[in-house]
Amino acid sequence: MAAPVTERQYQGKVHEHSRRLMSDWMGRLSRAEAEGQPTGAIMISGNCVEILLACHVLPMFPEVTALQNAIRHKSLPLILKAEQAGYSSDNCAYVKADIGLFLDGGMGPGKPMPFPTITVCNYVGCNVYVKWFEHLADLSGSKLFMLDVPFARTAGEPTQADVQYVVGQLKELIALCEGITGKKFDIDYLREILAHSARAEEGYARSKALCKAHPAPFDAYFDAINMMGPINVLRGTKEAAEFFDVAVAEFEELVAQKLGPLSEERFRMVVEGPPPYPYYRNFRNLFAKWGAVGVASTYSMVGGIWEWGFRHDPRRPLESIAEQMLRENLTNRSITSRYQQIKRYVEEWEADALVIHSIKSCRLFSAGQGDMRDYFTRELGVLTLLVESDLEDPRYYAEAQLRNRIDAFFEALEHKKVVRAAERQGAGAPALEATR
Amino acid sequence: MTPDQILEQCRDLSSQPLGAVAERWKATHPGGRVVAAYPVWAPAEIIHAAGMLPLALLGGGTSVELTHADARFQSFVCSVAKSSLELGFQGIVKGVDGFVFSNICDVARNLSSIWKRNFPDAFIDYLHLPQNSTSPGVPIYAANELRRLATAFEQAFGLNVTEPALAKSIEIYNALRARLRALYAFRIAEPQKLSTPELYVALRAATCVPPEEAIGWLDALLAGLPLRDARPRDRLRVVVEGAFCEQPPLGLLEVLEEAGCYVVEDDLLLGWRWFTSDVATDGDPFDRLGAAYVNQAVPSSTRHEGREHRSTGLIEKVRRSKAQAVIFTPAKFCEPALFDYVLMKQGLERAGIPHMIVEFEEKMWTFERTRNEIETFVESMLFD
Repeated sequence: MAAPVTERQYQGKVHEHSRRLMSDWMGRLSRAEAEGQPTGAIMISGNCVEILLACHVLPMFPEVTALQNAIRHKSLPLILKAEQAGYSSDNCAYVKADIGLFLDGGMGPGKPMPFPTITVCNYVGCNVYVKWFEHLADLSGSKLFMLDVPFARTAGEPTQADVQYVVGQLKELIALCEGITGKKFDIDYLREILAHSARAEEGYARSKALCKAHPAPFDAYFDAINMMGPINVLRGTKEAAEFFDVAVAEFEELVAQKLGPLSEERFRMVVEGPPPYPYYRNFRNLFAKWGAVGVASTYSMVGGIWEWGFRHDPRRPLESIAEQMLRENLTNRSITSRYQQIKRYVEEWEADALVIHSIKSCRLFSAGQGDMRDYFTRELGVLTLLVESDLEDPRYYAEAQLRNRIDAFFEALEHKKVVRAAERQGAGAPALEATR
Repeated sequence: MTPDQILEQCRDLSSQPLGAVAERWKATHPGGRVVAAYPVWAPAEIIHAAGMLPLALLGGGTSVELTHADARFQSFVCSVAKSSLELGFQGIVKGVDGFVFSNICDVARNLSSIWKRNFPDAFIDYLHLPQNSTSPGVPIYAANELRRLATAFEQAFGLNVTEPALAKSIEIYNALRARLRALYAFRIAEPQKLSTPELYVALRAATCVPPEEAIGWLDALLAGLPLRDARPRDRLRVVVEGAFCEQPPLGLLEVLEEAGCYVVEDDLLLGWRWFTSDVATDGDPFDRLGAAYVNQAVPSSTRHEGREHRSTGLIEKVRRSKAQAVIFTPAKFCEPALFDYVLMKQGLERAGIPHMIVEFEEKMWTFERTRNEIETFVESMLFD
C-alpha cells in the first residue's frame, strides 16, 4: 500500500513576505481617511492600477476585501445582510459580501474600510463589475468612472482603434484624478511604475514556469494566492518587484532540491476556476491526500496573463496599459480561448488531469464549463473532473459530495496510472491494493 | 382585417419555430440569408441593409426539452441561454445562417463562443456595445463596431452594406418603431382595448417578418383598435420591468391582467424598440446609428447610463404611463435584472411608488401562486 501523502508544512519566505506586504497595504487603507489620502476602488482583472499609483491615489480592491472576509469565515452574515436588503440569492456573492460590509457598518466614514474617493470600473468582460461599481458608487457617493474596454472578439486584436479608444479614456481618468488630488500627472513617474510592473510580471511568469518541474515547487492553484496579491494589487511598486525576486530564488532552490508542497507529487493537475474561499483549507486537503498538486491554474492569471510573454512597456506607457486591459487578461477573452490556455497548460506543464471548480457566483468563469468538460474529455482525451460550489458563499459548499466526487475521480486516475505502468512493463494489472 | 384577425395571425406567426420562419422567407427569396439576434439589442438595420432577414433568437420557451444544452450550462444559468443553444442542437434553427450576440451579461458572452464551437458552420459575431456613455470617443467607437459587423457580413456572405442602403433601412426601422411606440401609447391611453398578451404577440410577430411587412399590419391594427368596444375596469395600472431578455410565458402575462392589473408599460422585447426617437438619416448612417445607441437608447439593465441614476428611467416610465405601481419580473438567474432590482426599488421607495417582485422562467407553466401574490398586491392597493 502506498504511503500516505503529507504536506511539507511549507511556510517559506514567499508566504510571509506576501502577508507582510498585503498587511502594510491594508494598514494604509485603514489610515487613508484620517490622513486625507484619496482612494480609488478598482477591480482585479485587467486593471490599470498603475494609473492610480501614478496619480497618487491609493488603490482599493473590493474583491480582495470580499475574499478576505470569506477566508476568515466572515462572509455569510454579510451576504445575508445584503439579501435582506433585496439582493437575490442568485446574485454574485462577492458583491453581496461587499455591500453587506457597508450595511453591517464595516465600510464608510470612520470605519475600518474607507469609502473610495473615486470608483473606477475597469469593465473587462465581467458585466457584474458594472453592476457592482454602480452600487458601490451609489452607496458611497463617490464619482464613478466607467472605463469601457472592448472585449477580445476577433483575431488579430487588439486593433489600433481599440487601443486608442482605451487610451482616450485613460487620459480622461488621469484628468479626473488630477482634479481629486490636486497633483499634476507625471508621465515619467508612470514609466517608473511600469518598469516595476514589468519586473514583477517577469518574476511571476518565471515562478509559474518553474512549476513545469517535477515535482512543482509550489501549488500553482492553492499557493499562488500568495503571489496574486503582489501581482494584482501591489503591481507597480518596488516592493512587489522585489517580492518576486525573492519568490523566484526560493522556488529555484526548491526545484534544485526536488521539493514540492507535498511529500509526494502523485498527480499533476491543471485547475480551472476560483477556489472556495470559505473552505480553502478543506478543499485543498481533498486533493492533497491524493498527492494531487496544481501545476497550473487559470484563476491565478485572472488579473493578467503574463505567462505568454506580455509585459508592460515603460516606453509606451498608456498604450501598453490599454493592451493589457484589452487582451492580456483572462476575463476579457472568450471562454473558448480559455480552452486553448488550459490546453497549453495541460501539454506544457505535463498535467495528468483537469479539475474544473465551477462556482455559482461568477458566471463569467463558470457559465458553460460543461462545454469545456466536453471539449477536454471528448476531443482531447484529458481526464476532467467538474465540481461545483462557490467562491464566497459557504452555503454552496457541500464537502461530502465534493469528497465523493474527488475521491472517485482520483481512484479512477490512480487505477489508470497503475494499469498503464503495468502495460509498459508487459505485465497484467496488479492487485488493486497497490492503488491505495 | 379586424384587430382580432390580425392578432390571431400574430399569435400563429410568433409561435412558429425560428428555422421554419427563416425557411419560409427563403422560399420567396432564393439565395437569401437570415441572421438572428440574441437579446437585447442588435442593429437589425445593418442585417436588413445587407439584404438579409433579421430575426430574434429568443430561446425555446415551452417548446423544447433540454437534452443537450443542460450538459453544457449549469443549473444556475438562465433558461434562455440553455434553450437557445438547445434550438441549435435539435436543428430547430436550421435555415438561420448567422447569429449576433452582444455583451448584455456574462452568460450571453460565453454562449456566443460556445455556440461557435458547437456549430462551426454558422456565422457568429459578438458585438461589444459600449458601457461608457459619456466619453467623447464612445459614439465613434460604437459606429466603428457597427462597421466591423457590416464588414463581417460582407466577408461571410459576400453581401455589401452600402451607406445609402443602411440609411434606407434606418428609415424603415424608424417607421416600424414609430408604429410600436404608437401601440404602446395606445395601451397607455386605453388599456382595456389592447391587452398585454395581445400587444406582446403583435410585437413578437414583428420580429418574424421583414419590417416592411410588419408595418403594413401594424397600421391596420392601429386603425382598428380604437374601434374596439371595451369598458374600462377598476384595475391597478402597473409597469412591468425586468423581462427584457428571457421571454415570459404568455400565461404569466395573462395572469398579470386577470389578477387585476392593466400593464401600461413594460420592457418586453426592448431591443426592438430601442430608440426613444427616430434615428437621424442624414450624414454617415453608421455614425448616426452608433451615436443613437449611445444617446437615444431606452433605459436598460444591460447598458450603463452614466448620466442618470438607475431608477430614473423607471420612475419616468411610471409617471409617463400614469402607472400606480411596478411589478418586477426578472427571469430566474438573470443577474442584470436582479442587481438592478435593488437600486430601482430603492428609487421607487424614495419616490413613494409601490412595487412587488415575481420571478419567472420561460418554462413556467403553473401560475396560481403568482396569481395569488398579484391579487393580494392589487387588493392592498385598490382597497387601501
